[in-house]
This record gives sequence, structure tokens and C-alpha cells, in this order.
Amino acid sequence: MDFYYGLAQTVGIHTLLGLSAYIVLLTGQVTLAQAAFFAIGAYAAGMLTVLAGWHIVPALGASAMFGAATACAVGFPALRVKGLMLVVATLAFGEGVRLFFFNFDYQVAKGEIKVGPLGGEGFRQIRYFQEHGWSTGEVMLFVWVFVVLAMAALWWLDRSRYGAVLRAVGEDELAAQSVGVNLTAVKVSAMTVGGAVAGIGGGLYAHYTTHIEHANFNVLLATFAIAYPIVGGLKNVFGTLAAVIFVQAFLIEGLRFLGDWRNLLFGALIVAAMNLRPQGFLGGRRA
Amino acid sequence: MGAGVLELKGLSRHFGGIKAVDGLDLTVRQGEIVGLIGPNGSGKSTTVNVIAGLFPVTSGEVRFNNESLEGLPTHKRLQRGIARTFQNIRLFGQLSVWQNLWVAQNAPEDHARRGFIARWLGGQSGVRAEIAQLLEFSGLAHKQDELAANLAFGEQRRLELARALAAKPKLLLLDEPAAGMNSEEIGQLRDRILKLRAQGITILLIEHVMELVMGVTDRIAVLNFGQKIAEGRPAEIQADPLVRKAYLGGA
Repeated sequence: MDFYYGLAQTVGIHTLLGLSAYIVLLTGQVTLAQAAFFAIGAYAAGMLTVLAGWHIVPALGASAMFGAATACAVGFPALRVKGLMLVVATLAFGEGVRLFFFNFDYQVAKGEIKVGPLGGEGFRQIRYFQEHGWSTGEVMLFVWVFVVLAMAALWWLDRSRYGAVLRAVGEDELAAQSVGVNLTAVKVSAMTVGGAVAGIGGGLYAHYTTHIEHANFNVLLATFAIAYPIVGGLKNVFGTLAAVIFVQAFLIEGLRFLGDWRNLLFGALIVAAMNLRPQGFLGGRRA
Repeated sequence: MGAGVLELKGLSRHFGGIKAVDGLDLTVRQGEIVGLIGPNGSGKSTTVNVIAGLFPVTSGEVRFNNESLEGLPTHKRLQRGIARTFQNIRLFGQLSVWQNLWVAQNAPEDHARRGFIARWLGGQSGVRAEIAQLLEFSGLAHKQDELAANLAFGEQRRLELARALAAKPKLLLLDEPAAGMNSEEIGQLRDRILKLRAQGITILLIEHVMELVMGVTDRIAVLNFGQKIAEGRPAEIQADPLVRKAYLGGA
């Protein structure tokens, strides 16, 4: 049973990661910075529960704030460029953040041992759940409370006027500004919301794995973040969830019995999925 | 007629060595419909794009209600009261007709009347009546839930006009609104333009279709190679030898 709980946690956390890219993709921007916001959320929440002794819920709130603040700060310069230039700019930012954590030491003595991030060794012993005696099932439910809240919030945002404005900007920036839309405000705010969602996802990830290090937050993770909403389709938030289940539960776990052949089939199946459903699983606009 | 609403003073816009618009002076007064005509490539669309703030001026000035628009981005010019349509229709194709008008609810009055949260997140309440009115005006009420991309060509033109009106503009820049329309549709467009004038909206009309330009405008300015070669009443322009030469070649 623990295996399925663990899988459900992974699906939940990756759904948060995918949703953080979903809202930015609605505005037509392709960003590779989501893994960096996820990393910032992970380190922030871990440090707050382990070093400062915070409860997990306010720590996740702080993760969301750190993720959002960084995304907002990055958004202003980065969103001045478009298309491939934005991909390169956010990629550089993501790698910069990863290298920051590669060099980031902040250890504090806690009884016999020292805890906290230790550069390339990573940040071990983020044991909030274990120390407080949470069962795997409880942790899984806790993760999914945040997933459901994030999905509900984004669903509502999507159906508000703001959602229509995001999609309008994604379709035609020139027309959008000609009907009075402030492009900078719309793009930066979408990036900020995405940063908050990624921050929460990262905070949950840190406590679920108990050990994080810079290599967890590499370009591959950033690519997954945008792959989920693109494979799932941008019609609504459930596309992202469907794509995460397809990738994490079916391609990664379900095909484990294939051994080394899995990696080969993994790529082939993603390509097949994109060819069979170019609009994504749940249809909607082409990304 | 009051003071000039829109004043172009020595307006120039060059692209490298090409002088798309070169030293254009033009005044459009409150409540007027002014036509801007000229052969292809004479700088008409560039003029609209410069007024709307898509390109900066190379030299010269655009003034609106006695204020310079220098450096104002497009969305701020819209809030000052300048709305436009595009020569090649630019709707939000994957949004519904209704949503196209919803996104365009950016009139300056709305900023004062509705708070930030209500304006951006307030669901669909509060603007229903205004959108219904726009749908009625453009004869698209029965298509409100259709995706804009699925509309017929003439309907798309009507929707684009309605979308420009959603911001309650004082000045409307129409960039070839009759292109590709049949003569019945042109007649309906003429009626709509005259209705807008009756509401006090000033209009700068760029058009090739003489049937429309000659029928609705108070004055016409003619561009050729970025320069104004004539200005006057429709009848005067029709008789002008320079204009005939520009359009028909040196026959």
C-alpha cells in the first residue's frame, strides 16, 4: 500500500509543478524557470521546519511567498523577451539557482549533529513528518489537500476575466494590448502565481523525500514542468493532472517491468501521445 | 466643432531608408469622420499604428485632446480613448465571441467604477449588460458562445468593431473595415459608422472602398509615398487631378 501512497504523493507534487507552468503557458510564454521556484520553495520550507522549528503549514506558506517573490522579480526583466530568448533567459536563471544551492552552506548544530543545507552534499534530514509521527497515508492526504486547493484556485482563476485575459495574451499580444491589456502586468502576475504554486510543490517535495540536493532541480525537472501542461493540453487544469498520471504512473512506474527498454519506450510513447493528441489529452488550444 | 481631438504634427515614421510616413500634418476634429486614403504602401496603416502606439514616431508629434502621446504605451492610449481595428482581423480566435468582448472591458470609466479585484477577477457579473448591448449593436447576440475563429468573415469584422467599442473610445481608428465585404455588408457598415458618429465618437477611417469613404466622410486626406497630397471634401477629392494621377498612374 505504501507504494501507492508514495506514487500518489509523487503525482500530487508533480501536478503542482506542472500547474505552475500551466498558468504561464496560458499567456503563450515558455519558461524553464519553474524548477528553480520549486527548488527555492523546497529549501525555504526545509530550513524553516528543520532550523527554525516551524509548523509545516506556515512553512509552506513561506515557500509560496518566496517562490512568488522570486518569480515576480525574475518576471520583469525576463518577460521583456519572447519565444526562444525567454527560454534561454529562464534556463540561465534556473541553472543559476541550482548552482547557488550547489554552493549554499547553512548548517546549525542541533544536539549531536549539524543540520541544514551543505552545498553539494545537499540538505539531509528534513524529517518533519517522521518526527511528528505522520503515516504515509496522512502525508499523502496532506499533499493532496494542497493539490486540490491549487487546482480549485487555478480553475476559478481560469474562469474569471483574468483567465480570459491570459488566454487573449497567449493568442495575440498585439491585439490584447490594443484592447487595453497591460502585457507586462498580465505576464508578470501569471509568472508570480506560477512561482507561488511551484514554491508549495517544492516545500512538499522536500518533506516527502527528506533529502534534497541541487541535482534534483535540474533542466530535466524544468522540462517536465512544461511538458505536463503541453502533453495534457491547456483546456483546463485537469489536462495537466492527466499528463502527470500518464508520465509518472504509467510511463515511469507502470513500465518498470521492461527494465532498460523502458527509457526507450518512454520517449517513443511521449512522441506518440503528442502525435495522436497534438492539442493535448484534453484538447484546447495548441501550446 | 470644437478644438482638434487628434492632431498629427509633422509626423514621420521611417523604417531604415524607407519613409513610410513623412511629415504628415492632419487634424481630426471632435465628432468628425475623416477618411485617409491612398494607394497601397502609401503609409495609411503605419499612420494608424503610430497613433495607436505600436511604433514610436521617428519625428513629429501625435497630440490627443491637446496632450502629447509621446512615450505612452498602447494600452494607456486606449485608456485615453483611442481604440482601433486591424486591417487583417486580429480576434482572439479560441475565445468565444462573448469572451472577446469581456477581455476588452477596459474603459477608463470602469477603472473608476469597479475596484481592481472586481475588474480582474469579478467573474462575469457587472459587465453583462454592456456586452449584451455590444452584441446587439453588431448583430452577434445569437453567436455569443461561438468561438471567434468559427465566425464568418463579415461576422469577424463586426466582432472586431464591437471589441474596439468595448473601451468606450472617443476616437476610433478603423483600418480598412470594409476590405473583403460585399455591397450589402458595406451598406450595413456605413449605417453602423453613422450611428457611432451620432453617439459622438470621432472616426479616422482608412479605406480603399470608395463606395464607403465617399458616403460617410466629412473630409478626406490622401496619402502617397508617405506624404499628404490632398485634403478636402469628398467631392473635391474626387475631382482632384493629383489624386487621380496617384491612383491611376500618370495617364
